[in-house]
Amino acid sequence: MSARVTLAVAGRVLRQVRRDHRTLAMLLVLPCLLMSLLWWMFADLPGNAFDGFGPALLAIFPFTVMFLVTSVTTLRERGSGTLERLLSMPMGKLDFLLGYALAFGVLAAVQSALAVAVSVGLLGLDVNGPVWLLGVVAVVDAVLGTALGLLVSAFADTEFQAVQFMPAFVVPQLLLCGLFVARDELPAVLSALSNVLPLSYAVDAMQELVGTADQASVWADVSVVLAFALAGLALGAATLRRRTP
Amino acid sequence: MMNNVIELRDLVVVRGDRTVIPGLTLGVAAGVTGLLGPSGCGKSTLLRSVVGVQRIRSGAVEVLGLPAGDRGLRDRVGYVTQAASVYDDLTVAENLRFFARVLGVLRGEVDAAVAAVDLGEQRDQVVGNLSGGQRSRASLAVALLGDPDVLVLDEPTVGLDPVLRRDLWRLFHRLADRGKAVLVSSHVMDEADRCDRLLLMREGRIIADGTPDAIRGSARDIEAAFLQIVEAPA
Repeated sequence: MSARVTLAVAGRVLRQVRRDHRTLAMLLVLPCLLMSLLWWMFADLPGNAFDGFGPALLAIFPFTVMFLVTSVTTLRERGSGTLERLLSMPMGKLDFLLGYALAFGVLAAVQSALAVAVSVGLLGLDVNGPVWLLGVVAVVDAVLGTALGLLVSAFADTEFQAVQFMPAFVVPQLLLCGLFVARDELPAVLSALSNVLPLSYAVDAMQELVGTADQASVWADVSVVLAFALAGLALGAATLRRRTP
Repeated sequence: MMNNVIELRDLVVVRGDRTVIPGLTLGVAAGVTGLLGPSGCGKSTLLRSVVGVQRIRSGAVEVLGLPAGDRGLRDRVGYVTQAASVYDDLTVAENLRFFARVLGVLRGEVDAAVAAVDLGEQRDQVVGNLSGGQRSRASLAVALLGDPDVLVLDEPTVGLDPVLRRDLWRLFHRLADRGKAVLVSSHVMDEADRCDRLLLMREGRIIADGTPDAIRGSARDIEAAFLQIVEAPA
């Protein structure tokens, strides 16, 4: 592993995103618009439903977006021959993966800072815990999305397949993460299943921050998500083969 | 007899259910070696095996005395894949600077590589906006970074104009004069005369091996020689 190569990969990925103005605009603006839409939906209802759903969405955006962006970019990298070239150079597989995770982590930090600023500042989302911790959770979620995106891109031959992994890998986690039905009220099997899905912990961490704000349990949730992300990166490294058929 | 830089022994490569290379033993020394044959004959597979990115069924591939793909070879072998393996959304200079950082070579080499492939005017243009020939030259420039001892080039001159093609072959010879081994594939038979040594390949086998003059023999050109060899009664 080499910090030089990791930083080179991260810098290069960020430069590519910066050049793609439309992608950059969507990455940064879309979560803010969707948070506003969510707030608007509940605007005429009594109670604080926005405070209930908002945090979960703040966890879901970086995860979903980075999952998609990463799986498609890595697939492009596999298809264009640049990955083959890089693997024939003195580049460790982890350098490649961590470079991507770092670049998308930075993007997620900016994306979440904006979404949190809009939600808390403009839309009045009530956060009891420290606001910066929301950002930390969001970045870890993004790294999780990146790790899983890298992993599944190994199993997709085309961009069409990669995009299909989104309903396969992301939507079940969305349904079971406690957003629609509290996790302990799910049927036993599904509740157990939700316990082994990383997004559940990401959403728990966000909801904890808005609710009782027990920082210890937020960090516990964050570490679970981080562990999933690292496992994903390790598995992803195993799927990067220098020799291909 | 010169020392072989690349050594293949009984190489067998199977892709899917097709035996692409059924058993090949070959040595390649310094100099410009051309690998000519129709598309689909196994040229790319052979080159990928030399770089160490091809999964092989059996046999051995050694480069500079090390197994192909060995860690110690990764900054000594420059490789151009058939697709221009550069990032379309970066400029020529940005691409080169990135690969230079991965290789750990000095930034000054970027300018030398850009000049070597004559992309000075395009250095700040995004690769995606360049012509096919310019893109493949950008890809070639990446392979030149770090002054590798072995260059493995998969059809680097496809679609280039004749002047540029001549200039690139001159570049290959200048590198060979400095002791490098340059292994170049092409499916264009008229490039044969530009090589020190010629390998004609068909259906995974080397059907002729020698200087262009020796292979041509009495035939009109290399294409005619190729046909003579293929159609000769066994």
